[in-house]
Amino acid sequence: MATDLQSRTEPPVTTKRAHGEEEPSARRDPAGAGAGAAATASEDAIALREVERTFVVRRGERVPALAGVSLRVARGELLAIVGPSGCGKTTLLELICGLQAPDGGELRSEPAVLMPQHDLLLPWLDALDNAALAQRVAHVARAQARRRAASLFEQLGLSGFERARPSELSGGMRQRVAFARTLLAGKPVLCLDEPFGALDAITRAEMQDWLSSALGRAPRTVVLVTHDVEEAVLLADRVLVLSPRPGRVAGEIEVGLPRPRGRTDAAVVALRERALGLLTASSAGAQPA
Amino acid sequence: MRSPSLSRLLPPLLLALALLGAWELYADLGTTSSFVLPAPHAVAAALWENAGFIAANLRPTAVEVALGILLALLLGFALAVAVHLSSPLRRAVYPLAVGSQAIPIAVIAPLLVFWWGFGVLPKLAVIVLICFFPVLVTTVDGLRAIEPEQLKLLRTLDASRWQAFRFAELPAALPAALSGARIALAVAVIGAYIAESQTATTGVHAGLGHEINADLIALQTPRAYAAAFVLFALAIACFYALSLAERALAPWAHHPRTGETT
Repeated sequence: MATDLQSRTEPPVTTKRAHGEEEPSARRDPAGAGAGAAATASEDAIALREVERTFVVRRGERVPALAGVSLRVARGELLAIVGPSGCGKTTLLELICGLQAPDGGELRSEPAVLMPQHDLLLPWLDALDNAALAQRVAHVARAQARRRAASLFEQLGLSGFERARPSELSGGMRQRVAFARTLLAGKPVLCLDEPFGALDAITRAEMQDWLSSALGRAPRTVVLVTHDVEEAVLLADRVLVLSPRPGRVAGEIEVGLPRPRGRTDAAVVALRERALGLLTASSAGAQPA
Repeated sequence: MRSPSLSRLLPPLLLALALLGAWELYADLGTTSSFVLPAPHAVAAALWENAGFIAANLRPTAVEVALGILLALLLGFALAVAVHLSSPLRRAVYPLAVGSQAIPIAVIAPLLVFWWGFGVLPKLAVIVLICFFPVLVTTVDGLRAIEPEQLKLLRTLDASRWQAFRFAELPAALPAALSGARIALAVAVIGAYIAESQTATTGVHAGLGHEINADLIALQTPRAYAAAFVLFALAIACFYALSLAERALAPWAHHPRTGETT
């Protein structure tokens, strides 16, 4: 099955764009950019260098969402990104997935698929057809697409709910179907946008354990966006703290703890406090602005 | 789907009986002439005595309604999709479609007869003109109702524009399109009457609309009422037939926990 999921792996996509008119600083020195790219280790799945993104809202007002974000994600690494709401976390994921283009800086990523905050299951399809959606889009015949999704359903603890409509599933199950759909897109990078944000505390804890073991069985490069510092420390290899809008990297924590991790482990608690401290400090620093 | 039980049939039956009773009393008071308002029992008698005649006139009208609604659904739906996929087309077509609803049929009826003669075609044209509009409007709204997030999801799964349409927009628009179809069905019957009134027909049994107009002139008011009652029943039957089809075509729209669509 792992080979199935990797079958759509494509060469890395490079997006490079500079908006020079209003922001001369965004215009990159080509020599410098070249040096930066050369320094990028080849095993990186994702590399961002000084990526900027600005939204123009009504009346031409410009709202910077990301101001010079640089980060790298190694192949097979799980990077968690935490930050206050509105710091551009979702924008960052959409940039990595190619759903938006940066206004400045340099972005390179292996093909990435986004799992949005809401499950967005299609109400007229049963759970299996929903999970198989990416396969159908890739022109796989319906029967075969359903078979591939079905084999994943066993691993995800969804057996017996193949024919259930999304409205008949619990929040946790819907999220797992959405995760199956994300996996079956067959892309090497998964971008998870607060996948458990809408769930109650108990279901969320279950889903975190479940995601941890699911990724343990079939490792992927994962970028997990969350506002839950504990979730980040429990799941990630590395935690990146973003500052409030406009988002920039305010700090980084190497987790490096063995799995499975318990939420009350002393090391986990300590790292959680450290991440929280970074988050608070970056928010406080931004207050006067 | 529940079978119609007594408790479900009772309210509509009671209301119909109460209205019939009031009508009967009013007609029997004699303040109006039976040429103006025949009593329900007179209408029932006319319906009974002229059952064969009315049935023969129902046939062409029912055919007009069925074919007309089918063409109106196809046209309304196809226009909605075209208008949805192309905004220049939308800007070009939409005002004309709205304006088309204000065209008095009498203005274009001679042209329709000139083109297509006294057969069923000019009637179909009139019904389509009257009925395509609700289908167009509801379907366009349905196609646009899909959340942008949903389309973003399909993009991240590498769906093409056509696939986003086929997998998300089209099924999402189906309940709205079916609502439009129900409105269209309800007006299709009066559309058939207008079509028959406005375009001449040859032949003995020319349709219920013709019959009603002829009976009113000949002061056969009870028979005109009997024919109108058949049109009334036809509209109700069409409407509920489509409601059943809707449950089969878009069952998710009726699920109590999927409150967004209906």
